[in-house]
Amino acid sequence: MNENLSVLGVFSLLSILAVGGGAAVLPETKALVVETHHWLNDDQFRDIYGLGQVVPGPNMLMVIVIGYHVTGFLGALMAFVGFFLPAGAISWAASRVWDHFEGSPWRRSLQQGLAPLVVGLMASGTISIARTAIDGRLTIIIAFAVFAGVYCVKKINPALLVLGGGLVGLALLSGTGAGMPPP
Amino acid sequence: MSPSLPPAPGAAHAADAPVAEAPAAYAVPQDVRLWDIFVTFLFIGAISFGGGVVAYLRASLVLKKGWLDEEHFLSALEIAQALPGLNATNMSIIVGDRLRGIAGAIVAFTGMTLPGGSMVLALGVAYAANAHNPYVNAALVGVGAAAVGMLSAVTLQIGHKQLGQMLNVAIIAATVLMVSFLHISLVWVLLTVGPVAVFLFRPRKDDAGTGEGETS
Repeated sequence: MNENLSVLGVFSLLSILAVGGGAAVLPETKALVVETHHWLNDDQFRDIYGLGQVVPGPNMLMVIVIGYHVTGFLGALMAFVGFFLPAGAISWAASRVWDHFEGSPWRRSLQQGLAPLVVGLMASGTISIARTAIDGRLTIIIAFAVFAGVYCVKKINPALLVLGGGLVGLALLSGTGAGMPPP
Repeated sequence: MSPSLPPAPGAAHAADAPVAEAPAAYAVPQDVRLWDIFVTFLFIGAISFGGGVVAYLRASLVLKKGWLDEEHFLSALEIAQALPGLNATNMSIIVGDRLRGIAGAIVAFTGMTLPGGSMVLALGVAYAANAHNPYVNAALVGVGAAAVGMLSAVTLQIGHKQLGQMLNVAIIAATVLMVSFLHISLVWVLLTVGPVAVFLFRPRKDDAGTGEGETS
């Protein structure tokens, strides 16, 4: 079977399921990529998600790296096209007809109903990353520090906090073999 | 439509016949260049970090460029959030389309994803080549832990105003239970919780005064 096509298929499915944005589709992405297709292990998924956090733009651009891991640059392209084309086409088409529903009371029901669903999916996305990323006291401290920084200090650039977490890990964990793949 | 024609100042509204379905009340700027759209979204794509892209979009599109007013920005955001896909890329497509049709949508999307996409690919190639480097792995453990802190903060920022209402809390709890603990596929979660949630918030006759904006 052609792996490139299955990368395209998996990310196209995730694209149309990504109601509520990237964090909402994170648990399903991990389930498909790690558990169903075994393209990555838990640690690699956490690492690649981390890479997505330190670059600008949408975090879910990390799907490119997942595709690269499966079949190289063509896989990267397949993951990108798969993840962005279907949802992009839907948005493009829907925004042209959306105004026809101006004033429909169901539009607000849709928003109000989807809002808590999306928050639930984002919470699940956090849990799915935390299950691998939180391992030992230092990771708990880093997570709480970044949480406090983002939540309480509004003006701070979150990427700097994430990079700071990386530096703390580098300084305090590099002798311990943390995150190393099993031999 | 012939995009090559120079815009005639003052005559923009005379030629309304060939315009497919631009809503009449919508004061879309008529003469925005594709290059300008590309550069604007490239800039947003290069400086927006950590899920805060909506703030950057608003600052750039509404305040700096004046391409949208507040009301139409929120309406575009409403569409971007209700549909599948990322808010950032959906917004680029919707706004690009309103400014210059499909070509505008394509250049806006490309600008939005080019900086982060090329950088993450470069990092990914470097990561694949250094998978057994203990320094790289130690740093990524720290980055992963920091990502958990950031994700929980963003989730709480978006969700905190819903936590006061039991119905919202119940929907959030049901979703988390199904996805994280029962491991039910997202397709089924969306197809079951979605319609139920929308039905629970269905329009009511006495619904007049409860409106608060949901857009964060």
